[in-house]
Amino acid sequence: MKILVCISHVPDTTSKINFVDDDRAFDKNGVQFIINPNDEFGLTRAVWFQQKEQAEVTVITVGEASCEPTLRKCLAIGANRAFRINLNPTDGFQVAQQLSAHCKEENYDLIIAGRESIDYNGAMVPGMLSAHMGYNFVTNCIGLEIEGSTAKAKREIDGGIESISCELPLVIGAQKGLVEEKDLIIPNMRGIMQARQKSLTVLPPVDSQIKSTISKFEKPAPRGAVKMVDSDQIDQLIDLLHNEAKVI
Amino acid sequence: MGILIYAESENGKFKKCALELASYGRAIANQLGVELIAASFNHSEYQTLGTYGVERVIQISDPKLEKFTAERYAANLASVVKENGVKLVLLSSSANAKYLAPLLAVSISAGYASNVVGLPESMDPLSIKRSCFTNKAFNTCVLDNELNIISLSNNSFGLKEEPKEIISETKSDVSSETNFVLEKVERASGQITIADAEIVVSGGRGLKGPENWHLIEDLASTLGAATACSKPVSDMGWRPHSEHVGQTGKPVASNLYIAIGVSGAIQHLAGINSSKVKLVINIDPEAPFFKAADYGVVGDAFEVVPELIEKLKAFKNS
Ligand SMILES: Cc1cc2nc3c(=O)[nH]c(=O)nc-3n(C[C@H](O)[C@H](O)[C@H](O)COP(=O)(O)OP(=O)(O)OC[C@H]3O[C@@H](n4cnc5c(N)ncnc54)[C@H](O)[C@@H]3O)c2cc1C
Ligand SMILES: Nc1ncnc2c1ncn2[C@@H]1O[C@H](COP(=O)(O)O)[C@@H](O)[C@H]1O
Repeated sequence: MKILVCISHVPDTTSKINFVDDDRAFDKNGVQFIINPNDEFGLTRAVWFQQKEQAEVTVITVGEASCEPTLRKCLAIGANRAFRINLNPTDGFQVAQQLSAHCKEENYDLIIAGRESIDYNGAMVPGMLSAHMGYNFVTNCIGLEIEGSTAKAKREIDGGIESISCELPLVIGAQKGLVEEKDLIIPNMRGIMQARQKSLTVLPPVDSQIKSTISKFEKPAPRGAVKMVDSDQIDQLIDLLHNEAKVI
Repeated sequence: MGILIYAESENGKFKKCALELASYGRAIANQLGVELIAASFNHSEYQTLGTYGVERVIQISDPKLEKFTAERYAANLASVVKENGVKLVLLSSSANAKYLAPLLAVSISAGYASNVVGLPESMDPLSIKRSCFTNKAFNTCVLDNELNIISLSNNSFGLKEEPKEIISETKSDVSSETNFVLEKVERASGQITIADAEIVVSGGRGLKGPENWHLIEDLASTLGAATACSKPVSDMGWRPHSEHVGQTGKPVASNLYIAIGVSGAIQHLAGINSSKVKLVINIDPEAPFFKAADYGVVGDAFEVVPELIEKLKAFKNS
């Protein structure tokens, strides 16, 4: 089985978000970048298939050279090889086109992406990629087993869980629950050393379209001060919620 | 030119997000002077959509569409778009709508923006504000295309009645056979989901253990609220993963968010930021959550919450 994991290189969850260039660009200054958490759940599941069922795991990112440490980390976690499509993408539409051009050459059985990235939060790329490829698609994926050419997947829906059976090839949008938190792999020294020997190939971008641009960023308006209510004044609290905030 | 909303229903009733979408669509349709159309699946009681400004509903009925599948629903919506000269498609932020949106976008070659939080800033080119960095920021997104799709963040526009005469037409299923089989749908019955809730009551590690969750559940049922939790609480198995809210869990955009025994870590706040009013109950006056709250009570959850439940019950009965 050939598995591709699409990796988005995103600011660490503790990052303070600031903008530069007249609020037109994200300020990368002092920001640590990580593997998008949803992608990490997916990568962990892929490495499980590699260890248990001899799958080959490839990771790919569409991004500039500054994304390479993130790809190396994926290799240290256990991926067999990495690709970087050399383009600083403008939108998810473009990312999906770049990825699909690569996938058409490689014929992966399973393509794993994150349900959404924690920076752009587009929730676009995996679905668009599946549509370009004509593959089955399951997002919000919280369980995945493969038997021969059949996938059994679980999807979280609003207020429940769906169980799905479909044929490979398949694209999934991974999220928390696909693997347990404790199964996430922290690279060890051996993994890090091995990662240096593994192949990381830079591919030129293909022609692609964009469908959206970002004209500016802004931060949420500063909030008013908190109103503290004494713990023996619960009646007053209820009154505030009812009459002032009008939420109960 | 027209605007299409995908009107989702559940158990024979339109979901609140469908009515919110109709209200939002009506506001844009008024601005542009165009028709507001709704597409619905296997649902015939369409008059409520008219109350919120829809003029025409296209009902697509087929036993194969009884359960939601993204591919089939997207194929039908694509066909409605093409047959009706639709230029703008509006979707909610439900799990199902966000599932089909990218499929629809590719099939009709449309631009797509998710997590949209308000009316367009301009119509030509279409320019809208959306949240990004998991609610830590917003960006203005410009969609300069013939056809575009917007998915509106739930609860960001609200319900606005503007009654219209509504006409209904039917359309048959155009989706093709697939090997995609929906084997089972398990729903927690009678529970309010985080996505649909107006009030969410959330518990953190300060509640000490799963045996104390009756406090959260009782408060939630008193308020008609959904229950949620912090990440460690779901990691430790005190609560199901589906209740985990925050940057790596579910986003919450309720009217009221009540956090009990939650410290207010940056990743937790990121996910619940777009809730309108936040009430924090924490024993530690220095808990970071108070800085992000609208109302705060310093106190022991095991004392404050039972009293709050009791007084709320009295308040509701009065
Ligand atoms: C990559 C990454 C992603 C993450 N994503 C998320 C996420 O999506 N969502 C999330 O929630 N967290 C997330 N976290 C974890 C986050 O950093 C915090 O560790 C977590 O939110 C803390 O949970 P808590 O508030 O329940 O527990 P604690 O931080 O332990 O806080 C417990 C609180 O309870 C209070 N308390 C104790 N006893 C009482 C009492 N009797 N009455 C009232 N209050 C009491 C304490 O004062 C304290 O403030 C993430 C972390 C990382 C590294
Ligand atoms: N530049 C990129 N390169 C590779 N994969 C990406 C990229 N951007 C997004 N993805 C994948 O698509 C998922 C969803 O991203 P998004 O559509 O931006 O929310 C991510 O979790 C990644 O798996």
